[in-house]
Amino acid sequence: MKNTPPETTPFFARDRAWHPPAFTPGYKTSVLRSPQRALISLEGTKSEITGPVFGHNILGEFDNDLIVNYAKPGEMALGERILVYGRVLDERGVGIAGALVEFWQANAGGRYRHKKETYLAPLDPNFGGFGRTITDENGGYVFKTIKPGPYPWPNGVNDWRPAHIHFSVFGHGFAQRLITQMYFEGDPMIWICPIVKTIPDENAIKGLIAALDMQNTVPHDMRAYKFDIILRGRRSTFFESRKEGN
Amino acid sequence: MVQPLTYFKESASQTAGPYVHIGCTPNFSGITGVYAEDLGSGSLVNDNTRGERITIRGFVYDGVGTPLKDALVEIWQADADGFYNSPSETRGKADPNFFGWARQPGDMATGEFAFETIKPGKVPFRDGRLMAPHVNFWIVARGINLGLNTRMYFSDEEEANAVDPILSRIEHRVRVPTLIGRREGNTVTFNIYLQGDNETIFFDI
Ligand SMILES: [Fe+2]
Repeated sequence: MKNTPPETTPFFARDRAWHPPAFTPGYKTSVLRSPQRALISLEGTKSEITGPVFGHNILGEFDNDLIVNYAKPGEMALGERILVYGRVLDERGVGIAGALVEFWQANAGGRYRHKKETYLAPLDPNFGGFGRTITDENGGYVFKTIKPGPYPWPNGVNDWRPAHIHFSVFGHGFAQRLITQMYFEGDPMIWICPIVKTIPDENAIKGLIAALDMQNTVPHDMRAYKFDIILRGRRSTFFESRKEGN
Repeated sequence: MVQPLTYFKESASQTAGPYVHIGCTPNFSGITGVYAEDLGSGSLVNDNTRGERITIRGFVYDGVGTPLKDALVEIWQADADGFYNSPSETRGKADPNFFGWARQPGDMATGEFAFETIKPGKVPFRDGRLMAPHVNFWIVARGINLGLNTRMYFSDEEEANAVDPILSRIEHRVRVPTLIGRREGNTVTFNIYLQGDNETIFFDI
């Protein structure tokens, strides 16, 4: 990793009108799980601007290859083979090195490997459905997987999730912690999904749609989707209006 | 026209969904053999960790008082001397035997979460005043569209709590107890209420 001094300034205020609000009745589960009172604003202290660092020693050789990380020796997961790659950046456009990125998804038929999953699509005996990686010094990451299928879910009587991959991301501060989902370019299911529609701003939704990138396709092997993830930026340190007491 | 400000927007949050455990605690969800252990799942304490051993336990309740059985809770806290184990901690070096971050799913049958940790020391606020010992919480689950941030303070720190710069600025004093973990022996109970009369104070951090 580059030998740059650690950043100690607070993060940009989160734009709460860009994120989904807590109460979104079209997504029924949010109704009883949404705080109703105003959040109390808390300007970043050490508690918010610091965060853990995960070393590469936690990673196994195939943690970023969902095609093989659960498969029997010599076998592979079924489905459309894809690469997902991109960078973890902050709102200033600065690449975030050393960010832990975790991902999970349904199999090619839209089925999760989970006790509470009831969809009739079959499990793939060679697909676990999760992986993780740590970004390089420029914030870059990459993993191999199969394209997940869409699936029905209990909300309205006929609601379906578009194909998607869930992402959990750690930046450099606990206040940057983010979970989101990646969608696929050209999928008409995106625009009728009640979970997608919790996001009020169409441009915010577009920011979650990965682009098909034929330039990074591995010929005769796998197509590539590019998905950049933006975490909160940090303020500059031109002037401190208060003494550096911390 | 003016010069453009070239900032990106933070990626919009989406719910962690019902299967967050597959990605974040796969062994807990029954998928073994890929990760040796679930990240953040063990005790935060080893024989050489400095500080007072405590267990934090609690439930996350929805608006009708039902405990969530699919929540994922993460904590982040300072060591016994008030230092965070992070590169952005510039005041001093944290206890190398204390990582400071942990992650626990609620029990699948009851919803209860539990963390084996130590009581943190005091950390200064931005103006140098000391904040009372506290543990930072982040809660995600199906139905939560954007992770929720709160803090747990300690019931056995009445004096420090009374002058804590965050607690003392809360206008509705009746809500302050929602941020106080109740200490009995070495167990600190901290229940989180997403909604209702006892709705926990959540922070925009
Ligand atoms: Fe999903």
